[in-house]
Amino acid sequence: MTKETVSVNRKITTALLLSAGLALAGCAGTVPKEKDLPPQPSGVTTSTTTINPPPVGQPAGPAPGTRADFMASVLADTILFDTDRYNIDSEDQGILQSQAQWLARYPAARVTIEGHCDERGTRDYNLALGERRANAVKNYLVSLGVDAARITTVSYGKERPVALGSDEASWAKNRRAVTITVQ
Amino acid sequence: MRSTPVTGLRVTGLCAALLCAPLALSAPPVHAQQAAPKGPQPAATPAPAVDSSPEEDVVGTINNDAAIAIPVFPTDEMLPTAAEGGNTEALGRNLARVIFGDLKNNGLFRPVGPDALPRIAYGEVTAPTFPNWRARSAEMLVQGFVRAAPDGRLTVGCYLYDVALGSELARQGYVVKPEEWRRAAHKCADMVYARLSGESPFFDSKIAYIAETGPKGNRRKQLAIMDSDGANHRFITNGQSTALTPRYSPDYSKIAYLSFLNGTPRIYVYDIGTGQQRLVTEGKGPTFAPRWSPDGKYILYSMAIAGNTDIYRVPATGGDSVKLTDSPGIDVGGSYSPDGQRIVFESDRSGSQQVYVMNADGTNQKRISFFGGRAATPEWSPRGDQIAFTHIAGNLRIAVMNPSGGDMRYLTDSWQDEAPTWSPNGRIVQFFRTAKTTGKTSIWQVDLTGRNERRLNTPVDASDPAWGPVLP
Repeated sequence: MTKETVSVNRKITTALLLSAGLALAGCAGTVPKEKDLPPQPSGVTTSTTTINPPPVGQPAGPAPGTRADFMASVLADTILFDTDRYNIDSEDQGILQSQAQWLARYPAARVTIEGHCDERGTRDYNLALGERRANAVKNYLVSLGVDAARITTVSYGKERPVALGSDEASWAKNRRAVTITVQ
Repeated sequence: MRSTPVTGLRVTGLCAALLCAPLALSAPPVHAQQAAPKGPQPAATPAPAVDSSPEEDVVGTINNDAAIAIPVFPTDEMLPTAAEGGNTEALGRNLARVIFGDLKNNGLFRPVGPDALPRIAYGEVTAPTFPNWRARSAEMLVQGFVRAAPDGRLTVGCYLYDVALGSELARQGYVVKPEEWRRAAHKCADMVYARLSGESPFFDSKIAYIAETGPKGNRRKQLAIMDSDGANHRFITNGQSTALTPRYSPDYSKIAYLSFLNGTPRIYVYDIGTGQQRLVTEGKGPTFAPRWSPDGKYILYSMAIAGNTDIYRVPATGGDSVKLTDSPGIDVGGSYSPDGQRIVFESDRSGSQQVYVMNADGTNQKRISFFGGRAATPEWSPRGDQIAFTHIAGNLRIAVMNPSGGDMRYLTDSWQDEAPTWSPNGRIVQFFRTAKTTGKTSIWQVDLTGRNERRLNTPVDASDPAWGPVLP
């Protein structure tokens, strides 16, 4: 499930970028680097018809406050970590700031932060490391003003990879923290 | 030259005393020589002509491997039984097969099983035809019998002979319920192993592990148990929630394991008898890496609070937890020394996973691993002289060191081996191996030389093996 989440998010982010009229010439075929972009202005939703055109007669975009709205509004639901690390770097901060803005808009919304690791570690340690990563995200969101009571954490250790290869590229994708909205 | 058994060990009856004083396997096996055999026995029955066709003769000694012949265990009377085989005659073959399987898998012996040997007469059990076995180059001979009582219970006799000396080395008898017939075979194999190796027995024991199915991106992980040879396999959980890292209590009555039952990883203590389980602690944080104390009175667990993981100890029956570590790093795992006085554990307080030792009350924490790379999942040998662990330097490999961190050496060399646990006698290390790319897992055993490595047969993929002690 998390796998779909990430890829869907990427598509939606792409759509957002297109709709915002940002210069993307020459980027066809590559995923834009979300982290290089400023946080989206609040209120923006996917109103383009680039992907998933809304059925005629329906209001454009997902219902406010929903998971779909979250996915459409934030830069990404996932941040990535280096091996054995759990620090929030400047790129991660941009993503988490966009999540904090969405959470500020919907004060009733709650989130669970999932912490994950790559397969190249021992099981118990990875459970602890995933918890540490999830808490690093939580602490950063709290520092941005999100009430800690709205955030829960869960570590899946190395139990739920999104990239299934046994190579550096896959491991890099799996060392992650994912923000999941809870309805 | 044929010599008669030493008088003190001489068998004049076929364990008649065993029937007079039947023992259940919940009690220590009675050594037949402690009881006075009585009654007329067919010890004088002439041995049948041994099949001389050398289909698969016992091979001579290679290195220190002792060639052990294990013919079918004859029965005095073919009776139906609920045990495997349906009758005592077929069961006698199955018993010998199980013993053969146990003894062939540890690298010490070169057993030859019942399917490659002539049958023996009932009367030969206590009066082996040694010349025939010498002709087959057998050095050791395991003979036994099986009998069914009217109540269905089985009596199994087990005898170990030195063929060259023509003398008996050991004997035991077991009375078991039909469904426990394999335990009689394991006890017999244990007797042979212990007598010939000088080590403590370990075959009559069980393994808890995680059975894995499904693709890498969506693995189903179920708690499962089996005998040490893979028999009597049973799933405990249905796989709806991911289960991980089980540990048998020393008395086999409970299993502590991790489950994502309510969404977060928590340790549960599962009671095998009642099928009930409870949380190891009501503490709020996620808990993982359960470990029993050698006396079964305590459980160590690791709990993350606000992202920081420390090791705690709680009475096995529940109650207040004691926090044993307090570093800002991840302190996780933990394994008691056999005397219960010390705990070896893993911490990344130095910046990477390394192995530390502390007193059982948490005092005097000292790092012992200083050989480069990362060192994880330490497990103290039941003998106390070794610590097995996972060494991470690129690949994950199983290694051992002494309790001071010296004499580190690898036992395996594969892409990803982790989570060693010990056989009850501290001679074999069990771990699981993950295959690159596919993520498929399997349980392996390796002896302390690192030379004898074998994969355990499991019905599906398997990880997180944990051996329990030898059954009483």
